[in-house]
Amino acid sequence: MIELEGIDREFIVGDQTVHALQKINLTITPGEYLSIMGPSGSGKSTLLNVIGLLDRPTRGTYKLDSQEITALSDDELAITRQNKIGFIFQFFQLLPRLTAQENVELPMLLAGIDPHERSQRARTVMESLDILERASHRPDQLSGGQQQRVAIARATVMRPSVILADEPTGNLDRHSSGEVVAILEKLNQQGMSLIVVTHDPSIGHRATRQIRMVDGCIEQDG
Amino acid sequence: MRVFDVLFYTWSALSRHRLRTILMLIAMMIGVAAIVVLTALGEGARRYVINEFATLGTNLVIVIPGKSETKGNTPSVFIGETPRDLTNDDASALLRIPGVKRVAPMVIGSATVSWRGVERESPILGSSHTLLQVRHWQMSSGHFLPHTDFDQATPVCVIGNTIKRELFGTTNPVGQWLRIGDRRFRVIGTLASEGRSIGLDVQDLVITPVASAQAIFNAPSLFRILVEAKSRDVIPFVIKQTTNIIKERHQGEEDVTIITQDAILSTFDKILSALTYAVAGIAAISLAVAGILIMNIMLISVSQRTAEIGLLKALGASEHKIVILFLAEATMLASLGALLGLVLGEVTNMIIRYIYPTFPAGAPLWAAIGAASIAMLTGLIFGAMPARRAARLNPIAALAHK
Repeated sequence: MIELEGIDREFIVGDQTVHALQKINLTITPGEYLSIMGPSGSGKSTLLNVIGLLDRPTRGTYKLDSQEITALSDDELAITRQNKIGFIFQFFQLLPRLTAQENVELPMLLAGIDPHERSQRARTVMESLDILERASHRPDQLSGGQQQRVAIARATVMRPSVILADEPTGNLDRHSSGEVVAILEKLNQQGMSLIVVTHDPSIGHRATRQIRMVDGCIEQDG
Repeated sequence: MRVFDVLFYTWSALSRHRLRTILMLIAMMIGVAAIVVLTALGEGARRYVINEFATLGTNLVIVIPGKSETKGNTPSVFIGETPRDLTNDDASALLRIPGVKRVAPMVIGSATVSWRGVERESPILGSSHTLLQVRHWQMSSGHFLPHTDFDQATPVCVIGNTIKRELFGTTNPVGQWLRIGDRRFRVIGTLASEGRSIGLDVQDLVITPVASAQAIFNAPSLFRILVEAKSRDVIPFVIKQTTNIIKERHQGEEDVTIITQDAILSTFDKILSALTYAVAGIAAISLAVAGILIMNIMLISVSQRTAEIGLLKALGASEHKIVILFLAEATMLASLGALLGLVLGEVTNMIIRYIYPTFPAGAPLWAAIGAASIAMLTGLIFGAMPARRAARLNPIAALAHK
């Protein structure tokens, strides 16, 4: 359960204050499928970063699973991020020096999970995403679609309650885009909340709840 | 995070930038190796000097004519003038001290030595039969000076290797008559020993009974008297008795300087140890330079890997964990470099020992341990700033960095 109330996010650029988010009120129930659309600079990525605990709002309250997160320390935020949130990025953000499986294991490595269990969980998730046979390949030996599937495996291996995808198909061809969206929707059906930020209306319109942002405000919700 | 995982992650980052890592390791390696080799040289010099003194004899008390007012090791040699000569009788008198094992008077001078028209200038050492044991010398043929009183001049001599080779060539010198100055001496033995003592090459020496040497140089005074005590413990007693006896024999004047080998040895020991420490300190500076290099490399690494750092944060790494990862990287660089440096240093020392077998070059343990720990410490210290910078990176900006 994500509850945002009166969220403002301001950046100081030179001597000007930029209002990236203004008075955002948003509640997202578990298992919801939500898309955030809007022009560049409308604040959709900032909203995603605030929800993903990478950015702290300037004002307002944010409760994640009824826990007030604005009061948490850096360590507590990191742990919350680790357990509850899975990120998916436009450029996959795989570490080129690690194999696909090592990339998937990375969040578990940071969490200090036993290597044996780590390998098992990574392989299970990779198998369900049909990339197990590429487990020992490095990212540069994988296609874009495969790389994004590795990234999805990495985002879901900690069994988060929310998946945040920032332009997940922005760097993929049509065919791979379709596959990746299908995978994300399947995960959503399994109970994870899915929040997708996108420029692409054909992706955005698939969501059950669509939010349109303009100038840091939610212009349309429904 | 598990320790092994941190090492794995760090190693994967280091091995990706192979050239950079290798250059960094070389810098660290040279720093550590410099400490190991330079301290080995200093320590080698110290041990070399101590060994040299050991061959001078053990438990030695050395009586030098003349009393110096200032402290110094060989005063009369430079001052020259002495109120009263040390004589053979003085030397004989010292034999009566309980606790004295042997006494060897010494006269040193230079004279022309010749055999069948072959001539050379050579140092002449006048002494007694006891000198062989006092100095731990070895004979190669014949025998050493005969057992006679110090006052008895016998026309015999013992020669060193160089004299034997240069004057006699392949002829066996034992039994031959050698001319020293205008006197004739029969060669009764040759010395096997090598090396130098008190500035003289043993192989160059012609050794005669002390009275004979005094006759050659026409001077009754002794250069010094070597007194060998029965054990280390009685040395202070022997010194006291020697002072008393000489004073008594010299009309109440305490006109000799008595030094012990221990005193000289400990002085050299102190000087050379200080030298070793100083050299180690200088070499440690190169480690500081390597530390700054580590910092530089780590800063480059942090700025090249901003996206990675952002990702780690998104995946749930706290600032604390990122600091650990980057510190581990700097420390791993430093300790691998230190390890390689220890190996390089020890190999260099082995090569030095191989080329100069008489020079006991070997790094003391404190230098090796110190160098390695300073290296790791510099890794930690100079890695701290880049690691903190990495941890403080704004994850969003970092992720946008592509």
